[in-house]
Amino acid sequence: MQDGTLTHTAEAPERLAGLQGIAADWSSDQRSFKTASWGKAMMWIFLLSDTFIFSCFLLSYMTVRMSTVVPWPNPSEVFALHIGGTEFPLILIAIMTFVLISSSGTMAMAVNFGYRRDRTKTAALLLLTAALGATFVGMQAFEWTKLIMEGARPWSNPWGAEQFGSTFFMITGFHGTHVTFGVIFLLIVARRVWRGDFDTGHRGFFTGRRGQYEVVEIIGLYWHFVDLVWVFIFAFFYLW
Amino acid sequence: MAHATIPAKTHDEAQQHPIKLYLVVWGWLFILSACSYLVDYFKFEGYLRWFLILLFMLLKAGLIVAVFMHMAWERLALVYAIIVPPVLVLVFVGIMALEANYTFLTRIIFFVTGS
Repeated sequence: MQDGTLTHTAEAPERLAGLQGIAADWSSDQRSFKTASWGKAMMWIFLLSDTFIFSCFLLSYMTVRMSTVVPWPNPSEVFALHIGGTEFPLILIAIMTFVLISSSGTMAMAVNFGYRRDRTKTAALLLLTAALGATFVGMQAFEWTKLIMEGARPWSNPWGAEQFGSTFFMITGFHGTHVTFGVIFLLIVARRVWRGDFDTGHRGFFTGRRGQYEVVEIIGLYWHFVDLVWVFIFAFFYLW
Repeated sequence: MAHATIPAKTHDEAQQHPIKLYLVVWGWLFILSACSYLVDYFKFEGYLRWFLILLFMLLKAGLIVAVFMHMAWERLALVYAIIVPPVLVLVFVGIMALEANYTFLTRIIFFVTGS
């Protein structure tokens, strides 16, 4: 059964490699991305646009931090936690980082088992990924609560430059929203995998198309991107 | 014309990698994250701190994009279309750094002279 649109690419004999390959692909008829399906290419282009959004956030953070004459709060102290009498700098953020990286690991394995058509393992790993993502959002909610209780606001805070609050809530809030939406979509895809939608050719509720296991890889791209953004936030906002 | 050619593969074949690969990358991401945390824990300062933060950040980002997101196995047409535009953001970084320095300077001159 064909949907009438090209979702998979099995044609094409030999293709050029290297720079000549780029020129040949881009100057050819119909499509530039010869081996990536439209769904995957569109997800990549969406992620590129999202990269620019987060770049602008981090850039505005850089600009206000460089231009303020008031000392910037020390993130190492602001995000420290007292555990059993000793103070651990940044410990919550470190744990959040490990949680998100672990979710990326389980996601990558879910994609792999998806292509092997192992329905149970794929669904289980997707659910585990969603659980780790939800844990991350929960810890972020805890972090926000702690900071707000201590007096951090978008317009002021007890530790130094006022711009700290606005950039913190903006950047981590936008990232947390991305994680939250990722968890929702992971749960939807996990349900479809579990039901066997990609084996029976059941039509999806959103596009009405027959799904394939590539859907798992596409949602995986989004999820890894969320982890990727956190790598940059962790480096520039928390460690710098 | 002796162009280098690569055999065309169907998509399903192209993304079959052993699970071990993902576990190894996962392990490296853990190690690199631990390293960047230790940069803060041992309170490295100045250029050493910034260099180490950027190094671990770029290594982690590279591993995630190349292996987890399968970029290493995509055609270069897609790789360049996605990777090159974000690199150009560095120009924007340069512009905003100049602007921020100028703002800082004017603030020093006009607002903090009394203190």
